Amino acid sequence: MLNAKNPNNEKLNIFHWFSSTIGQILISLFVPAVTFFVLWQGYRFLSKAQVSQIVLVTVAIIWGVGGVALLYVVANWLVLKLPKPWSKRLQPFVFIGPAVVIMGSFLAVPVVRSLIASFKNNLGTKWVGFDNYIFAFTDPRMLETFKNNLLWLVFGTGFSVGIGLLVAVLADRSKLEVLYKSIIFTPMAISFVGASVIWKFIYSYKGTGVGIQEIGLLNAIVIALGGTPHPWLTMAPWNNFFLIVIMVWLQTGYTMVILSSAIKGVPAELLEAARIDGANEVKAFFRITVPYIKGTLITVITTVVIFSLKLFDVVRVMTGGNNNTNVIANEFYLQMFTYNHAGRASAIAIVLLLLVTPVIINNLRQFNKERKGF
Amino acid sequence: MTKGAKSQKRTQSFIVNLVLIIICIVWLVPIFGILITSFRPSEDIFRTGWWTVFPHKVEMEVGRIKLNPDVDLDARITIQSNNSTLEGRTPDGEPTVYTGNPVEGVTASFEEFRDGITLDDGRTLEWSGNRRSRELRIFDRRWVGFSTKLTMKNYKDVITGKTISYRDAEGRTITRTGNNLGGAFLNSLAVAIPGTIIPILIAAFAAFGFAWLEFPGRNLLFTIIVGLLVVPLQIALVPILKDYVAMGLNGTFLGIWLAHSGFGLPLATYLLFNYISTIPRELLESAFIDGASNFTIFIRLILPLSVPALASFAIFQFLWLWNDYLVALIFLGERNKTVTIAVAQMVGEKGQDWHLMTSAAFVSMILPLVVFLALQKYFVRGMMAGSVKG
Repeated sequence: MLNAKNPNNEKLNIFHWFSSTIGQILISLFVPAVTFFVLWQGYRFLSKAQVSQIVLVTVAIIWGVGGVALLYVVANWLVLKLPKPWSKRLQPFVFIGPAVVIMGSFLAVPVVRSLIASFKNNLGTKWVGFDNYIFAFTDPRMLETFKNNLLWLVFGTGFSVGIGLLVAVLADRSKLEVLYKSIIFTPMAISFVGASVIWKFIYSYKGTGVGIQEIGLLNAIVIALGGTPHPWLTMAPWNNFFLIVIMVWLQTGYTMVILSSAIKGVPAELLEAARIDGANEVKAFFRITVPYIKGTLITVITTVVIFSLKLFDVVRVMTGGNNNTNVIANEFYLQMFTYNHAGRASAIAIVLLLLVTPVIINNLRQFNKERKGF
Repeated sequence: MTKGAKSQKRTQSFIVNLVLIIICIVWLVPIFGILITSFRPSEDIFRTGWWTVFPHKVEMEVGRIKLNPDVDLDARITIQSNNSTLEGRTPDGEPTVYTGNPVEGVTASFEEFRDGITLDDGRTLEWSGNRRSRELRIFDRRWVGFSTKLTMKNYKDVITGKTISYRDAEGRTITRTGNNLGGAFLNSLAVAIPGTIIPILIAAFAAFGFAWLEFPGRNLLFTIIVGLLVVPLQIALVPILKDYVAMGLNGTFLGIWLAHSGFGLPLATYLLFNYISTIPRELLESAFIDGASNFTIFIRLILPLSVPALASFAIFQFLWLWNDYLVALIFLGERNKTVTIAVAQMVGEKGQDWHLMTSAAFVSMILPLVVFLALQKYFVRGMMAGSVKG
């Protein structure tokens, strides 16, 4: 009260305000700087350090997960430092920003960049017009991959959905449902690479000669049935089917589980009514169950079809695309790494994108229909 | 229920179970085959199929007859103890005392012996080699497989990166550099754990933003995310690899985490948005009134409430990352190679080393199998929600 009108105090206030703003700005700069420094040091440690692998991996995990959390905290803290209207306007972008930036730079922008690269030469230095697309749609190599992908699409999808549906329907009537379903489902946990080893062993072939005993299960069965052993994986065009078996083995679990839950949703009264009307089980299945689960069936088929179009691992590991087993995604890999032709690889990627475009359009249409509450 | 209907029901149930059992056996045998093989000694694997570890009857040489030099080979030959010597054979082919049924009194010509003759008790006699050898081999079907050797050596060999040696079918010792699957296992963990948590964290923030905050361009951005759901990731590989090489990110964990985040985020955001937007409005509004900031609400309320959805996606993403081959192959490659790369390399380089490949495959499968079997419920939930992903 004494120095209420003291001009010194006024000065002090201004000074105070000034220094605190400076301080705020300095802190606002200092904190992110420290954050970046810490993360940068972590990165350098990870890329250069000569320590045991366990230490390295532990640090990598802590650094990666902690770093992302830290970035959010710091960004939020910074935004809240801003004047109120600004912080309110900017805060949503703290939340969605990282996701949008990452998705944008890893998926959305690359679509455009691949499109541009697909009109350039192998090194991306010269425009070549539609040359890469002429390759993609007319070269015998590509035509072979289209033919094989069609086999994968038709038979891979057909068998995995067919067997999945069969198991789902049958297991529904068995007391051991859970056990059967778990067994069929288990390969879902196995990588395509692991599955390739498993099946390569089954298809293994030693050749003919004195005292040679086949150690591959398929050849052993064929011999036991009185046949002669064959090198299954080099026998075009049948080798494609031996590869497709692997996909069916892995994917049936997926179709089975989804279809099984859809079948459980079919009202029992409906089936009962059909039976009373004299329909046998097969008829009731096709007249009642199938129409009822049609939506799910289409979703499952679509998912497996997309999967078969992009299939890569099995062919890469089992045959490398040799002996007429090449597929689109493997040819993409070959063009990119073996022949170093970025233009052709990009064109093939665009072809893959075109193949799934109907699904994208359908997803968007579906989303627009459902998002009334958005 | 009438008797006829009851028995019809029983037949039906029998057929249902029979079909299912057959399918299940077909599904399980492949895994079973490599599991057994991975525990067998290398020389056994090269020599016989894995199913021979079970007791079964095989045709094997049980003895040899050496005819005396004075036996006339052009006439019919009758085996007798005074015109020949008899000795037994162990399963390993070592000479021993013959213990089987007697062979005296068997009569046949040389030609018949050369083609092999079958005795009444199932044994076969066959001329060994050319005419001058004067030797007959006795074959019999005997039970084997009760003393199958099992070993952990394959696993030890495949996990280490040091020099290993093993024996091939002929018993020769082969020396190789191990595949260091132990190191690859750690690398896979370093890829899969942050590669799962980072996109989930980012997606949860974004899903909250899209579901609860107002900002310009919200509709358009989310529509684009839905559009990105099934975009094949091949489209991104050429440009991203170019950037990575330029920025020195190629082969680093950071690079692959970012790539996996990019490819996994559309689905993660979409799924979590669907979940978070159904959280009752009143719950959050009361928190807003209490003066909590968006950030606090997200950390204190949204994250704990979304645990089921987060868990579902986490398992999905973890299995996907652990089993991924393409992305790891391109962005990690030889440096920091993961188990899938290591196993695929073995298939390429050592296509016949089944003792190493089977144990390697099993090492690569064990963690996802455990995670999967323990948390199947969550996985199924995530899978159902995410069946639109490409």
